[in-house]
Amino acid sequence: MATEEKTQAGADAKIAIRAPQPRPVRRQKKERIPVVELDDVTKVYDGGSVGLEKVSLQVGRGEFVFLVGATGCGKSTCIRLLMRELEPSSGEIKIAGHALAEIKAKRMPQLRRNIGVVFQDYKLLPNRTVYANVAYSLEVIGESRQSIRRKVPDILRLVGLSTKLHSYPDELSGGECQRVSIARAFVNHPPLLLADEPTGNLDPETSIGIMQLIYRINRTGTTVVVATHDKEMVDKMRRRVIELREGRVVRDELSGLYRPDESTTEFAVRLRGELGVGVEGHPN
Amino acid sequence: MRFLFFLKEAFRGLSRNSAPALAALLTILLTTLVLGVFIPIVQATTGTANEVRGRVVVDVFVKKEANPIERAELRREIDKTVNVGSVEFISKESALAREKRLRPEAYKALGERVNPLPDTYRVTPEDPGKVNLIINHLAPKDADGNPSPTLAALDEVRNREDDTDKILSATGLVKLLTAGLALLLVFASVALVANTIRLSIFARRREVEVMQLVGATNWFIRWPFVIEGVIVGFMGGVLAVLLLTIAKETLVDPLSDRFALLAAPETIDFKLLVAILLVACVAVSAAGSGLTLRKFLRV
Repeated sequence: MATEEKTQAGADAKIAIRAPQPRPVRRQKKERIPVVELDDVTKVYDGGSVGLEKVSLQVGRGEFVFLVGATGCGKSTCIRLLMRELEPSSGEIKIAGHALAEIKAKRMPQLRRNIGVVFQDYKLLPNRTVYANVAYSLEVIGESRQSIRRKVPDILRLVGLSTKLHSYPDELSGGECQRVSIARAFVNHPPLLLADEPTGNLDPETSIGIMQLIYRINRTGTTVVVATHDKEMVDKMRRRVIELREGRVVRDELSGLYRPDESTTEFAVRLRGELGVGVEGHPN
Repeated sequence: MRFLFFLKEAFRGLSRNSAPALAALLTILLTTLVLGVFIPIVQATTGTANEVRGRVVVDVFVKKEANPIERAELRREIDKTVNVGSVEFISKESALAREKRLRPEAYKALGERVNPLPDTYRVTPEDPGKVNLIINHLAPKDADGNPSPTLAALDEVRNREDDTDKILSATGLVKLLTAGLALLLVFASVALVANTIRLSIFARRREVEVMQLVGATNWFIRWPFVIEGVIVGFMGGVLAVLLLTIAKETLVDPLSDRFALLAAPETIDFKLLVAILLVACVAVSAAGSGLTLRKFLRV
């Protein structure tokens, strides 16, 4: 019996050498679980206004999804539901296979550590420097001081703020604040990044820098959901787009022009060209 | 390590939000000062009231013709009665001597030989408010409402009714008033401190919200606030105690030396008072911070 197994394993190994692509079965199964899953979700606010109505959607691992629609269409409701800042009136929301409704309040911090969030108004801690703002999300999970000292400058270099470590948020421009908030969201390398109008307060040039940054994060394997009303830009980026109108999904298309192996710079060049912005712009 | 981090966070919070912290500190300082002054005053007042109440006595007059056995029986009965604190026997001779001293003219007119006064047991009740228990036990009222003494030796039971009633109602009112004031003051102090803390935390609710968004547990957020509360409460308390000590040394102590004749009612030991005030400051301030946060942590 044991020898039989051994030979079986040996045969598998040979196959693996001949065909390097196939992945172990277990991993494939895991990947089939969507990172975000909304099943018939309805959210009615206390006042009676409808935030979402019977929305069902799935976002797979590593996807980059835009939630679009006019103000009040339910984009923010959707993001807030995913963070469990709100609870759905009916329907079920699952994150990485775990039903949000079943996560106890005590376990919520654990969930939030695995979801990076970026907001239109940045939500930085006003009395902390850039460095301390990013470090806080590591302190929260109990990282050692050495690793904080190593990781924070790294991530700030990545977002292009290595010279502003000791500035306070009110000394930064909007774009810089958003970079800090992205750095904070991504410093733990969460599997899911939610962004609610990340470019809502920014000019087009800065917006491109921010979008690029988010795109770059997506390229590391992080699933990204971006809510935005900048429909034109979204369409030009050719990513999966889910359009909401009055709380319902009216469009969900995996853009045919989606190019899986595009590098960040190629993407930026294309984006700048399509948006009609000059090539020389933000360093990122 | 964790504690040091929280301590650092607390100091960061204090230095970056110095205005609300200062407001909370001042509130604590003022209320502690007021309480520190008021507590001894309340005690002195109730002490005085109790002293006055001590003057409530019941006189049990003994029949002139009672024999020693009957007298002994009466004495035993008095001792057995509920609410009897102490019993003092005043013989008719000593009563006469005392009355003569108080009202010499009246007794001179009466003549040397005559002694109209009975032997008396002077009973001091344990609780002056329940003096009637004693009277009713020794001389229960009959159907017509007239007192009918039960024992052969007992002539009459008398409390100096007018005096007693006055004393009891006046001191009762004083005690009630001071107790009510003290209660109100404590309540006002706690409410004021809680409100100030609430305001200072309300100003930082956004900060709390952001901390939750990046996955901080509730206690991770709460500890620095509680430590801030402890620091502010302690500082306010120490300042108040310092001021109280100065006031005591410079104002009250010389005064009480000069008026040593004035009965100094027993007040709380100053060290104990200081300890109680300090503990109360720290506890109210820390608990106030921790509890106020609860409202903002419900997400």
